[in-house]
Amino acid sequence: MIKREYILGNEAIAYGLLEGGVEAAYGYPGTPSSEIMEKLIELSLKYGFYAEWSVNEKVAFENAVGSSWGGRRATVIMKHVGLNVAADPFMTLAYTGTRGGFVLIVADDPSSHSSQNEQDSRRYANFARIPCLDPSSVQEAKEMASYAFELSEKFKTPVMLRSTTRISHAKSDVEIEEDLKPKENSLGEFEKDPSQWVMVPASARRLHPELNEKQKKIEEELKNLPWNRLELSSSKIGVIASGISYLYTREAIDFLKIPVSLLKVGTYPPPVSLINELLERCEKVLIIEELEPVLEEFVRICADSGKRNLRIFGKLTGHIPREGELSVDIVKKALGKVSGRAFKRESDPLEKIKELLPPRPPTLCAGCPHRATFYAMKKVFGKNAVYPSDIGCYTLGLQMGTVDTCICMGASISVASGLYRSGEKRNIVCTIGDSTFLHTGLPGLLNAVYNRSNIVVVILDNGTTAMTGHQPHPATGITAQGRKTHQICLEHLVKAYGVDYVRTVDPYKLDELIQAFEEAKKCRGVRVIIAKRLCALLARKSTPKVKQFKVTESCTRCKRCLEIGCPALTWDGKKVSINEECLGCGVCAQICPTNSIKEVEEDKDEV
Amino acid sequence: MKFDLVIVGVGGQGVILVSDIIGKSAVREGLSVRAAETHGMAQRGGSVENHLRIGRDFGPLVPRGSADVLLGLEPMEAARCLHLLSRDGIAIVNTKRVLPVSVSSGKLAYPDLDEFFEEAKRIFRKVLLLDATELAKKAGSILATNMVMLGVLTRYLPLKQETIIETIKESVPKKYLMVNLKAFELGKTVKTRSIQLSTSSKKLL
Repeated sequence: MIKREYILGNEAIAYGLLEGGVEAAYGYPGTPSSEIMEKLIELSLKYGFYAEWSVNEKVAFENAVGSSWGGRRATVIMKHVGLNVAADPFMTLAYTGTRGGFVLIVADDPSSHSSQNEQDSRRYANFARIPCLDPSSVQEAKEMASYAFELSEKFKTPVMLRSTTRISHAKSDVEIEEDLKPKENSLGEFEKDPSQWVMVPASARRLHPELNEKQKKIEEELKNLPWNRLELSSSKIGVIASGISYLYTREAIDFLKIPVSLLKVGTYPPPVSLINELLERCEKVLIIEELEPVLEEFVRICADSGKRNLRIFGKLTGHIPREGELSVDIVKKALGKVSGRAFKRESDPLEKIKELLPPRPPTLCAGCPHRATFYAMKKVFGKNAVYPSDIGCYTLGLQMGTVDTCICMGASISVASGLYRSGEKRNIVCTIGDSTFLHTGLPGLLNAVYNRSNIVVVILDNGTTAMTGHQPHPATGITAQGRKTHQICLEHLVKAYGVDYVRTVDPYKLDELIQAFEEAKKCRGVRVIIAKRLCALLARKSTPKVKQFKVTESCTRCKRCLEIGCPALTWDGKKVSINEECLGCGVCAQICPTNSIKEVEEDKDEV
Repeated sequence: MKFDLVIVGVGGQGVILVSDIIGKSAVREGLSVRAAETHGMAQRGGSVENHLRIGRDFGPLVPRGSADVLLGLEPMEAARCLHLLSRDGIAIVNTKRVLPVSVSSGKLAYPDLDEFFEEAKRIFRKVLLLDATELAKKAGSILATNMVMLGVLTRYLPLKQETIIETIKESVPKKYLMVNLKAFELGKTVKTRSIQLSTSSKKLL
């Protein structure tokens, strides 16, 4: 039976995978993809398939390869930049092919809402020569996820489902199959075939032409899918749109009431015959897509062999921006321009206020242990030291002046070593979170020790993958399903790599933390400090506020406490007070030079 | 039935819960819904902007100048997103400020928005200002501010109040249900009028 539910795009994708018969799921969290795996983990408990948080995307990808080669339907889920980490197995899997259906889900982030870049994963699909499905709505994303296994098995190729933030983090009423039966437990079995699974050069040379030959058949299959659709009108203006842009386009057309022929593209390689049919009838064609001009370049190649009185508009002509996400307004403007009916937006008399309002960026939470660590670091090493950092909540340490670099997951330690080798004479103190350290920080540390780097590495160990929604990792000792497993000890791990100076400190104990930094400052080589304290958001859930603090009358209004930017401290123009956000970490009380922030004793009614 | 709504506030105020309750209620009544949320970096006390569209099969984002209602759980965030509201639309704004760290740490001033909202009243169909946080306190907890705002909003939603109450009962933990329902009720019945926002520190317009 089909029921309608109001769910997140990412949850819909998880249901699609379930309906498609997923048997093994792997992934590493990353906005905007994380909720796909979270939903799958929940469903795995009910339906009995395998699901795990892997330590990084490459590892996740290779696990999925193993499961597929074992004959099972496997999926691997990540954000766009995760595919950079997994690119090595990804590129060659296209050659070897798959056995059990292999569905790669990548969530792109146009406008970089939560990312370091806005790369376009359709380029990757094209690069590896694998089919890519590009949904325009939540319902479509679900249907594509389900179908992708079938497509993969038909052509023995990995299939990419490319989502974007506005699909993944959109909510919609979605049709879901209500009474799926839990799977009967069947087992995979690997079939030995070195000519297929062992990629020595001879295999690569044989399989590359096979990959190229597959393309025609894949194109043939894709063009007939319902997600490619041509709506013709008598107009000489044509529009081709892909992904969520298709819905923006329909809304813009509805608003402007311009008759156009509209081609919706939902697959890559795109449907050549439909594109040619549109080009044949039109004199002007506008291509609307987010991120890179992938579709536009394809259409231009199609047009090359065609008629001459045809003009093509898109990113390459400046009609559609190449950066940022699109919107109905952007499409309206472009469509108005191409059709010669300039669309003028009403000016907004209140618009200018936007520039005058103080920004409200995300900040480290009240009681966040990272704040204390950053404070101590800066106090000991000063603002002149160089602070390479990494990806996680702690990147918000930017606001405290303790984040000087951030490029990709796990890079902080390697960038720090490279800075040292560049001849930088100042102290180099890098920060990396526990989950990020286990993701790709380990090889950087190994390399730093091996090559005798001279840096301080601070592992900000808050016992979780906080930024993406508190997923477990190997040092938490808990699996995705919440079961107990071996708990990796970070201190042992670091020592095993050959680091001599290792200290684990509770960042709420500022004196001890400062002392550990002072000691580290006096040594040379690779020194590691593990600042260990549970994420404040998690701590708040498990234990209510333990201590209460207040600002007493001896306060000299020096505002030293405000320097740490804690949202629990308020300056009203005359004095500092502690507001209801306070978790009672007591860090501000330790910073106060006049000892004026004091714990409220429970028995007395002082508050 | 077509209805475009934008809900804005600060991470932690329960913007998504309000949006979810409306979305689920709409589905209950057989209407199609599309919504867009802010996750990840945008949380952690940052600005939160949620779009919700009932009875439209387009994308989830409300184009500028076309929201039927802008529900602002915080005045500065409401000001930031007022450009999304249609001239025929209604702004419902909680006047209780939540200070961004740049303000609470004394680096920047919280703007005086009185004149801004006065100006807004001349442009839009209706601008309702109320101290929803105070009402929530009356209901039992300032954390129920979002429910007060939902209560005010129901007057303009194309949904039955009973459906919304049913969905609240489903969505809120039992422990907090009474407070939430009371807050919702206060919002539903409150007489809204223009009130002063607060002492000014910096003139904007």
